[in-house]
Amino acid sequence: MDLDALTGCLASSACLVTQGTSGFIIGMLLFLVAVGLTLIFGVLKVVNFSHGAFYMFGAYFAMTAYQLTGSFALAMLCGAAGTAILGLVFERVFMSRVYGSDVLMQLLVCYAFVLIFDDVVRWIWGPEFKSMGMPTAFQVPPLFIGGGVVPPYYLLLIGVALAVAAILGLGLARTRIGKVVRAAAHNPGMVSALGINTGLIYGSVFALGGMLAGLAGALAAPVRSLTPGMGFSVLIESFIVTVIGGMGSILGALLGALLIGLIRSFGSLGFPLFTDGLMYLFMVIVLVARPTGLFGKEVA
Amino acid sequence: MTELQAERAGKPLGVPRIEAKSQRSRYLDVLIAIAAFAVLATLPFLFSSKALLDFVIRCAAFGLFATSLNLLVGYTGMISFGHGMFFGLGAYSFALIMQRTGVPIPVAFICTLLITTVIAAVIGAICVRLKEIYFAFVTLAFQMLIHSMILSWVSLTGGDQGLRGGIPRPVFLGVDLSNYLHLYVVSCALLVIGLLLMRQIAQSPFGYTLRMIRDNAVRASFIGIDVWRAKLTIFVLAALFASTGGIIMSLFVSGAYPEFAFWTISGEGIFINMLGGVTTFLGPMVGTVLLLIMNDTVTRLTEYYGIVLGIVILFFAIGLRKGLMDFVVEWYEVRRDGAKERAR
Repeated sequence: MDLDALTGCLASSACLVTQGTSGFIIGMLLFLVAVGLTLIFGVLKVVNFSHGAFYMFGAYFAMTAYQLTGSFALAMLCGAAGTAILGLVFERVFMSRVYGSDVLMQLLVCYAFVLIFDDVVRWIWGPEFKSMGMPTAFQVPPLFIGGGVVPPYYLLLIGVALAVAAILGLGLARTRIGKVVRAAAHNPGMVSALGINTGLIYGSVFALGGMLAGLAGALAAPVRSLTPGMGFSVLIESFIVTVIGGMGSILGALLGALLIGLIRSFGSLGFPLFTDGLMYLFMVIVLVARPTGLFGKEVA
Repeated sequence: MTELQAERAGKPLGVPRIEAKSQRSRYLDVLIAIAAFAVLATLPFLFSSKALLDFVIRCAAFGLFATSLNLLVGYTGMISFGHGMFFGLGAYSFALIMQRTGVPIPVAFICTLLITTVIAAVIGAICVRLKEIYFAFVTLAFQMLIHSMILSWVSLTGGDQGLRGGIPRPVFLGVDLSNYLHLYVVSCALLVIGLLLMRQIAQSPFGYTLRMIRDNAVRASFIGIDVWRAKLTIFVLAALFASTGGIIMSLFVSGAYPEFAFWTISGEGIFINMLGGVTTFLGPMVGTVLLLIMNDTVTRLTEYYGIVLGIVILFFAIGLRKGLMDFVVEWYEVRRDGAKERAR
């Protein structure tokens, strides 16, 4: 425990900005993964335990595309589109068979795919740590805000995540497709009786969730190291985020992700060995106070 | 409200009938247990293969763990995805107590169970009121918490290297656990006793209360069952047996490793239950044997163990949709009913 470092940091604006932005980007990446998880849960009522694998695939797809083409934009596109297709196939071929059976079956199918996907990645890309490297467009001197260091890439990350949050929130609330999706979440039988293809909606929502996780992975690829199994810790953290924010709530996912990001970045100063522990502790406190999370509704 | 009370006073819910039936089967269970122990204990005299005995010891460790998980998953409907933390906790507590204090082994055993009780009660008190999927993932989060504590508390646990240096095994009442044969017999005894105790729990009125909570928790609470307390009780009891499995494992490998507390142990536990089937008491034992055999053969053949295991899981989850023992029992019942039809 190193409380002096923490209070010292809180007193200096430079450290506050540096740690704050690093917490912000952790939170934003987590948000992208968690929002997919929460969306899939909200509409399909399944918990995608293999969601971390989509994050992992997004990162690896982006890395390969970047190495082949050298284009950062194409790498991001590949990461997102590749995982979207993967999500669609995964949902249609496998997950759609276990709707309605108990949670145990759904967990098991996902568990099987966690194992398979990790090994597939190990097979194709090898077991060692990989890194994509920072694209040349972002190899510019960092910005100094209030004395703190902010790499420009971080601003892109934060911008993309906030844009996704806005588009998703507005799209679900205002557009016709958003309305149909919300209706399908509420009463799929009635929606399909009205002549709407619920299978298509389920598949698309799953693909969207997978795509967001893949996008998060692709965005994280330049700043994190890539390894098979990298998705699992992200899965656990994003699950904590959705539990804190409330399952099915986009706003909750955003708030939860930010809180967890800040806890991680400031906690690593004060309690370097117990950063994970702080996160779990925070989750426990939230759950004891509000068992359905900050923005969750009571599920019947 | 008065009606409910009157009904409760009038009819004692038919519990005594179950009791009377189980009284007979209870003796049968004891007989089966003794017979099973006798068979296991004679194995070393029939076969000289150490690999076989190793296999039985590992089955004992994982079998206790998986069967205790079934008390939660199959009997109470609580899908815990963090049950492996108690396996790891048992292994670490026991190994640490033996290394640091040098007390006799039974004392360390009881201390480990006490530690498990306290920790399981605290974690359970937080978790058991959560619903299905929340429960699954919060238990998983606790598992990861314990795992990260083991990794970061290097001075106590040895971090990612695991707890090395072996476990001292002072002789107690002539039982010398550094003797392989003694270790084998003690492991078998712990397995059989553990299974017998769990069977008693499952067949007791309390066990039937658990089944009722699984089927309809709201109704159970209406007839005056304290659901929270019952769930917490079984959570702690299951943790004790999982911890015992961990103790056997730590004695077997002479140490404790962070993998024992990693989430994959819980995943495997769930899978073992699935593989063997959750509707029969011995299903998880069958699953354990199957998984360990598969484990040993697949790791010998390929390094991509996950792919093979994943495909097998998919076969059971999507293809068969039930565990092997469930499948066998169902098949048997269909055949028996068919025979009755023909006889009529």
